[in-house]
Amino acid sequence: MDYEKIKKASARRDIALKTVIYIFLAIWALIVLFPFYWMLLTSVKSYGSYDSDWMSVIPSSPTLENYKTAFSAVPLGGYFANTLIFTLATTAIMLFVTVLAAYAFARLEFKGKDLVFTLFLALMMIPTELVVITNYVTVTELDLRNTFAGLILPSVTSVFYIYLLKENFAQVPDELYYAAKVDGTSDIKYLFKVMMPICKPTIVTITILKVIECWNSYVWPRLVTDDRAYFLVSNGIQEIRESGFGRENVPAMMAAVVVISVPLIVLFLIFRNKIMEGVSRGGIKG
Amino acid sequence: MKFKNLKAWLYLLPAVLFLGVFMLYPLVDVIIYSFEEGYNSASQTYFGVGGYNYQYVLNDPYFLQALKNTFILVLITVPLSTALSLVISVALSSIKRLRSWFQTLYFLPYVTNTLAVGLVFMILFDQRSQDSIGLINTLLSYVGVDPIDFINGPYWAKMLVLSLYTVWIVMPFKILILTSSLASVDEIYYNAAKVDGTPRWRVFTKITLPMISPTLFYLIITGFIGAFKAYSDAVALFGTNLNANEMNTIVGYIYDMLYGDSGGFPSYASAAAVILFIVVLTITVINLLVSKKNVHY
Repeated sequence: MDYEKIKKASARRDIALKTVIYIFLAIWALIVLFPFYWMLLTSVKSYGSYDSDWMSVIPSSPTLENYKTAFSAVPLGGYFANTLIFTLATTAIMLFVTVLAAYAFARLEFKGKDLVFTLFLALMMIPTELVVITNYVTVTELDLRNTFAGLILPSVTSVFYIYLLKENFAQVPDELYYAAKVDGTSDIKYLFKVMMPICKPTIVTITILKVIECWNSYVWPRLVTDDRAYFLVSNGIQEIRESGFGRENVPAMMAAVVVISVPLIVLFLIFRNKIMEGVSRGGIKG
Repeated sequence: MKFKNLKAWLYLLPAVLFLGVFMLYPLVDVIIYSFEEGYNSASQTYFGVGGYNYQYVLNDPYFLQALKNTFILVLITVPLSTALSLVISVALSSIKRLRSWFQTLYFLPYVTNTLAVGLVFMILFDQRSQDSIGLINTLLSYVGVDPIDFINGPYWAKMLVLSLYTVWIVMPFKILILTSSLASVDEIYYNAAKVDGTPRWRVFTKITLPMISPTLFYLIITGFIGAFKAYSDAVALFGTNLNANEMNTIVGYIYDMLYGDSGGFPSYASAAAVILFIVVLTITVINLLVSKKNVHY
């Protein structure tokens, strides 16, 4: 055997292997995409001809009628507005709380700092399921069921984000702080004018992660709301499935699913690098 | 110095308030709840202190069913999703063209609403009506399999759908973490292996696996924790009345005890929550002990 032959054979093996790898990856891509494709497809099939048309891969007469039905048969627009208010308010309060706490841990000196920080870290290990029971009782006793306050306040805390931002704040060189102090800059001004702009990437990351978390939250909203006027999209879609048009009118249900899924998918496509980087730095689903 | 202390605490105040009211206090409270027998939420009284709530929960057939379901789900989905994501990540790392496309695509399920997309899975597996069947069943019929009612039918069929959906949902996180871990392995090891003419499989088992073993164990631990808390996936597929469907999970049992048609028993819910916490803690400790022995650095 001469060298040329060995080289050719090896190249052929490489090509064969690469082909197998690409086919495998394409199959997984199909599995991931198919449910999205199917919900889009079903959402434009007309209800009237769904029984004969349900399996066609290209709808015979595409229609947007289902989207109309989804918004008129249930208050989907209201669920949407609620979710938007809930997401924005929760994220804003979370940012306020997180930025201040992270700054205190990263830059300020006070007695018992290490102890308090250790306590914070220990809280990271507490699962929501353990505290949700008392929170439910608390919110009920405060008469906050079916209010935005009841929805938002217990959802604010995120010890992990405080930790993440504190680590980032701590990387900002001390010299900047001393220089600002010499110039007579107050702590709060230093935080907003210097620290936050420098650490903007981390702040954007935790904002996006919190938005995703809020948009998809289901369990807590279900516990504290039974008035449809305060339903979020997750509870709305569950309501549609169980007592709405749900399994009767599958195309309309899929239209509702599309409407609920689109905002986050768009957000993801815009910020995909930020989101994936943020999650790989320690995002935990749910 | 005093002023400095005060100022720092002022910055911490919002966080301390939120965490105190909604995490620290509930944590203590739930443990107290779980030992108060016959608690009445209207009059806020209880008969006595003891282990009755735990005894009740541990003898409740619904809880035992939930425990069984959760364990089966964990034992199926954690190994399956970890192995599959490892294979996919290794494949992803070996290509250059289209790689970031695939990565973006694979991440999509992470940003979707579990409840909403669960409905799509339900539609795919469902029997559309009494005599017509859904897409999966139609495909199965082409290969000569009789229609199976995946949503309201036999236990194993429902468990299969739930496992598949859970795997689909948890894959994005695992693939993301594993690909970034694979990318961080120093090229120098692979080059050394190349010089020695080491076969691919040996390179994988002797270099790649040991180098990413810490990440792998991290994924297994978080995978166990996540799977033990499964709930909304089951709701999406089978509806909120999970007990009747014999598809309830431990977390579902806790919520059902608290609220809804079967609810109003915060003491039982607390006992179940504490049991869940102990189970998860035990499994995590076992995982950590095992990983100490097997993680290479």
